[in-house]
Amino acid sequence: MPSMKQVTFRDLWQRFAELVHENKSVLNDLDAAIGDADHGSNMDRGLEKAVEALNASPEGSLRADAKLIGMTLMSTVGGASGALWGSGMLKFAAALPDAPEVTWADFVNALGAFVEALSKRGQAVAGDKTMMDVFLPAMVEIQAQLSDEESLPASMVRLADQAKAWSDGTRDLVAKRGRAAYLGERSAGHIDPGSLSSAFWFEALAGAVGQQ
Amino acid sequence: MKKIIDAVDTIVDQALDGMVIAYPEYLQRVEGTSVLARRVPKGTGKVGLVSGGGSGHEPAHAGYVGYGMLDAAVAGEVFTSPTPDQVYAGIKAADHGAGVLLVVKNYTGDVMNFDIARELADADGIATEVVLVNDDIAVQDSLYTTGRRGIAGTVFVHKIAGATAEEGASLATVKAVGDEVVANIASMGFALTSCTVPANGKPTFELGENEIEMGVGIHGEPGIERMPMMSAADLTAFLYHRLVEELALVPNERVAAMVNSMGATPGIELAIMAGHLAALVKGSQLSLEKVLMGEFMTSLEMAGASLTLLRLDDTRARRLGAACDTPALRVVTH
Repeated sequence: MPSMKQVTFRDLWQRFAELVHENKSVLNDLDAAIGDADHGSNMDRGLEKAVEALNASPEGSLRADAKLIGMTLMSTVGGASGALWGSGMLKFAAALPDAPEVTWADFVNALGAFVEALSKRGQAVAGDKTMMDVFLPAMVEIQAQLSDEESLPASMVRLADQAKAWSDGTRDLVAKRGRAAYLGERSAGHIDPGSLSSAFWFEALAGAVGQQ
Repeated sequence: MKKIIDAVDTIVDQALDGMVIAYPEYLQRVEGTSVLARRVPKGTGKVGLVSGGGSGHEPAHAGYVGYGMLDAAVAGEVFTSPTPDQVYAGIKAADHGAGVLLVVKNYTGDVMNFDIARELADADGIATEVVLVNDDIAVQDSLYTTGRRGIAGTVFVHKIAGATAEEGASLATVKAVGDEVVANIASMGFALTSCTVPANGKPTFELGENEIEMGVGIHGEPGIERMPMMSAADLTAFLYHRLVEELALVPNERVAAMVNSMGATPGIELAIMAGHLAALVKGSQLSLEKVLMGEFMTSLEMAGASLTLLRLDDTRARRLGAACDTPALRVVTH
């Protein structure tokens, strides 16, 4: 059974922050088409603070890190993304055992709690053109892939590719939740920015697991 | 991007301090937060009112902090809902022992962040209620979507619920009054230009010389339909008839109206709209009892306007006419 070490978990968030930072204007532009043009800026601001907070925090446990990330995102991102990522990461933290290293199954279980928190708070289902269009199928996939140490990196790379494809798939959808929903049919033809930042999270996960 | 700013990151912080400098007799900043609260707090035992949302809608929301309206306003980043900790700081500033009413515009982010803040207040024993404002009739209400947005009509909720709280009514009553305003209000707006969100640095959408965007919200987001430019008479009539139909107004009913600039449209154009509005109201045999005209709920430097109609009854009319004293709205009764 593979594990998730604290250093890998921190690496994942560092990579996620970098990906969002590099793609800040891509995310803002996607948001401009169907929302209010600031998804990249908001996520970038929060993730920069979250990584800062992690770096300043003494090594403790994944759970403490996840809680710190949740609290930081909730108080710095703003908007729906801040509420979802923030409260989701708090549930993620609560589902983890308090240890510097957890099993892969623990990590996947905590991710399940995160996704459940998103569902509850955001009330979006698959096909609503939101971040759930990445997280819901990814959850199914990651649970099906409880793989061994050796195959994990490759399967996470595959998952990251799928996540990108699921995000691309939001292009054809008509938004039913979030600010893009106000556009109705006009929201079709544009990728949902929240789904793309979510896909970046899986890209970061694949990168961090590959380094482990 | 050409804006009077120093850095994108410091816009909201600087603007909040600037509001206090301009309106020291009304406002104080709750230290370490993005909350502006009344300089002279309301008396103990009265319901507090908190509103807020993203910045960029000035004079909303801090402009409505003062006697007869809000107790505290919470500012998020430009067009971004404030975070739960900030909203909670606003709730604490507005709590005078009788609970706090949150006036929230119906946007996914605002609803979630105010909800989490309510959970924090609940844990500390502060009673809260929410009035969700969804006056924008451009977007359809449906079980399957986020529902309608809250736009300029929110100011009427601040005014009438605020007057009710000032009378000493209970939290349940103030909420009920707020909900009643929401049930009797309709708004719709259009854009002649987009606006530039500072974090993005370029206009959110492009409009041709003869194009307008109909049914826009207040975040520079595209509207529901692109239309050819119209005369002031046609624009006012287009919005007016939709609002009247939505509210199912019938002859001899009483209304209040708001002609609101989206930020860049000058008062002279609003006044032309107000003239057309009066004629249209007369044509429908309605009684126009109050017109608010000016910048009330803006979308940065967007050019355009929105029109709001509020159905009045005796109580709402009285509370709309009750004294209030805030940076952006004053009603003098003597």
